[in-house]
Amino acid sequence: MSESIRLSVNGKEHDIAADPDTPLLHVLRQNLGLTGSHLGCGLNQCGACNVLIDGHVIAACDTPLWSAAGKQIVTIEGLGGRGNPHPLQTAFIDEQAAQCGYCISGILVTAAALLKSNPDPDEAEIRSALDGNLCRCGAHNRIVQAIQKAAKAMRSEGAAA
Amino acid sequence: MSDAKASPPPVLPGSLKANPRLGQWLRFDASGYVELCPGKVEIGQGIITALMQIAAEELDVEPARIHLKAPTTAESPNEGVTSGSLSIQDSGSAIRHASAQARAIYLAQAAEKLGVDADVLRIEDGAIRGPDNLATSYWELADDALLDRDADPQVAKKPSGARTVSGSSLRRLDIPEKIFGEPRFIHDRMQASVLHGRVLRPPSPSATLKNFDDARAKAVPGLVAIVRDGNYIGVIAESEFAANKAIDRLRWDCTWDEKATLPDEYNLGQWLRSVPADSNVVASRENKDVAPKVRTVRRDFTRPFVAHASIGLCCSAAEWQGDALHVWTHCQGIYNLRADLALVFGLEPEAVVVEHMEGAGCYGHNGADDVALDAALLARAVPGKRVRVLWSREEEIAWSPHSPGMAITIEADLDEKGEIVDWRHQVWSNGHATRPGRGDNPTLLSAYYLEKAFPRIVAGNMPLQTGGGADRNAVPAYNFPNFAVTNHRLLEMPIRTSALRSLGATANVFAIESMMDELAKEAGEDPVAFRLRHLDDPRARAVIEAAAKRANWASRQKREGTGYGVGYAKYKNLASWCAAIAEIEADEEIRVRRLTIAVDAGEVINPDGLANQIEGGAIQTVSWVMKEAVRFDDTRITSVDWETYPILKFSEVPAVDIEIINRPDERALGAGEAPHGPVAGAIANAIHDALGVRVYDLPLTFDRIVKAMQEAD
Repeated sequence: MSESIRLSVNGKEHDIAADPDTPLLHVLRQNLGLTGSHLGCGLNQCGACNVLIDGHVIAACDTPLWSAAGKQIVTIEGLGGRGNPHPLQTAFIDEQAAQCGYCISGILVTAAALLKSNPDPDEAEIRSALDGNLCRCGAHNRIVQAIQKAAKAMRSEGAAA
Repeated sequence: MSDAKASPPPVLPGSLKANPRLGQWLRFDASGYVELCPGKVEIGQGIITALMQIAAEELDVEPARIHLKAPTTAESPNEGVTSGSLSIQDSGSAIRHASAQARAIYLAQAAEKLGVDADVLRIEDGAIRGPDNLATSYWELADDALLDRDADPQVAKKPSGARTVSGSSLRRLDIPEKIFGEPRFIHDRMQASVLHGRVLRPPSPSATLKNFDDARAKAVPGLVAIVRDGNYIGVIAESEFAANKAIDRLRWDCTWDEKATLPDEYNLGQWLRSVPADSNVVASRENKDVAPKVRTVRRDFTRPFVAHASIGLCCSAAEWQGDALHVWTHCQGIYNLRADLALVFGLEPEAVVVEHMEGAGCYGHNGADDVALDAALLARAVPGKRVRVLWSREEEIAWSPHSPGMAITIEADLDEKGEIVDWRHQVWSNGHATRPGRGDNPTLLSAYYLEKAFPRIVAGNMPLQTGGGADRNAVPAYNFPNFAVTNHRLLEMPIRTSALRSLGATANVFAIESMMDELAKEAGEDPVAFRLRHLDDPRARAVIEAAAKRANWASRQKREGTGYGVGYAKYKNLASWCAAIAEIEADEEIRVRRLTIAVDAGEVINPDGLANQIEGGAIQTVSWVMKEAVRFDDTRITSVDWETYPILKFSEVPAVDIEIINRPDERALGAGEAPHGPVAGAIANAIHDALGVRVYDLPLTFDRIVKAMQEAD
């Protein structure tokens, strides 16, 4: 059942020996140790496991490994780190935009894709883009504010460049 | 009474009473840091940051020098359960006291070493300095023996005016790791466990196994073991994928006998009022000197079963070495869990070590304890190997303990002038507590399904004096001359219930505040003024006045399809004061647009952390009030995922505006559960203000509101 599948994650190539039907999320977490993407439902209903595949927001929990082969995958770890934070990560820390934080990595991935396609979203557009991401602690408004702040920072960075 | 002026002997504050040894709370390390060891746990509420601030303040060290130790039964103080918004009160007061005393002990030590009086020394970030460049430090003096003694009840703490760290919005310790996707959750830190476990729940709570067939499951590559013990079935595999696959096959291949034991979801109030119950008057006030009643207003309310519905899944890991069990858990009470695990396995509690790791948002007694038993049961089949068990979304929503359905009746007797002369509040509900570690039998889910099944516990309630359960906040805050509160605790529990944030308070305050609005309307009075007229407590009045002012209550504009409502409660009748004003909008759908909240939690340790908790609690309440109900038929819980148990989405979340009334010289009170009741009441009242109808059954769905409007026509 196992075969080797080539996966590109956060700019690195990996050869994964696994059942091709294995959910991408399991491979990211278990085979690659990228535990920032979280399992929330396994049903593509909550957004906690969202990753970018060729720039599109995809729930990794019900995406089979075979379908991600050869595509560019970006996870929360690939969005930015402590040394090179994504403007969204900086803004989320500034705004303390989390409570438990379990949903946050998926939200950051969704937000990153939004800002790529729409650098100046209004509040309603941000909320609508996040309707597939559930948060139970009630950090929603801080999250929206942080995304607005990041969008502004990215626009002024873009203008300066 | 003649000796009333003699003050009582001083006692140790909070959790220090039961855990007086200073060294159990903190120690200084020669390499330049303080290890702080609270027994309360981080459950997404930011508590560890607040506790760190309190310690840093009293010790005079930079917050970064405080290293938090994760609670473990191997050595941490036993602070019971992290629940009831009590951590600041219990743990915060203990840590403030222990830190102040540790500081005094080290200062005395420094004075001796330097040959000066302690009062000429000052401490700056752990460096202890005196005249003539005399200097030492906590780190130089570090010696665990110095704190190997019990706390003294009398110790000087910093006056409130001198505090700089405590009372500031220090950023939370745990947030950066979560934002960068670094492993902090138990799910992530235990991912590298050798083995992965899953459980096959029966199709319904009282189902029994009819035919067990594991032939196909056994053939799954990577499968390590199938565990069957009575009606309990689990698998262990080398990967999560294999474990899931084996469970899927077992689900198809095993058959069960099911029984119709669940109540009628559509006649919940009727069922709650008909089940045998233990009925008690839990609070009352009697005052015969009132005008005779001329009529009684009676209203009946219900609230459905509600799920925790955390975004994270319950997770635990366990490992056996001989008869010694080590468990990693995100539960709220490590010692409580240890006690119940010991009961299940017939071990001495000391044979079990329970170590805390952070989990996803926890809003009460969820499945965290249950999954720990699952991990221990499965790991027993593979001694010496660590097994990580993760629940499914279905287990999370359908099998975690639920917050019980509730029926409430309020009767208000009015005199000739329309004044309230008597008030009777009755509540019918299962108990709100089946927490582990409190009885002779375990309350862990899987213990009920083993071959040697443990008896099912029917949920109880804490006494009202310590916060109550179903009757929490059923005592009216208002100055009625007479009242009586009766709690009917159901003696049958077809749906397993336990504590969810605020316990009975949300439903009770929803009912009380709905009733108060109706009575205000009958009296032709403004709802805010009517409440103020019935409140003597100045801190109660202050939060209502603050919320009303901030929301421009007096000058609010009445527009077609919009409404404003107010709600108030003092949480548990003994903690934070909170008032909420809701603005709703009704057209094709009904939406909460804005919540304005004022809260008085006494001394504020971290204003932003407090605001975050209030805001989160308020938004969660909007979700409960507008959308949530656990669905079931006569046999099965049918809420099993986010489609069958929807919660509030980003586009449905209202603006939340918060005013904190800081009282630095008053006792710090927990606040994470304070907004729930007031917000629920405010929303119901705003809907009535907008549409002229009132819905008495939660959730306040569009269909119910439309039905009420049709009936009113």
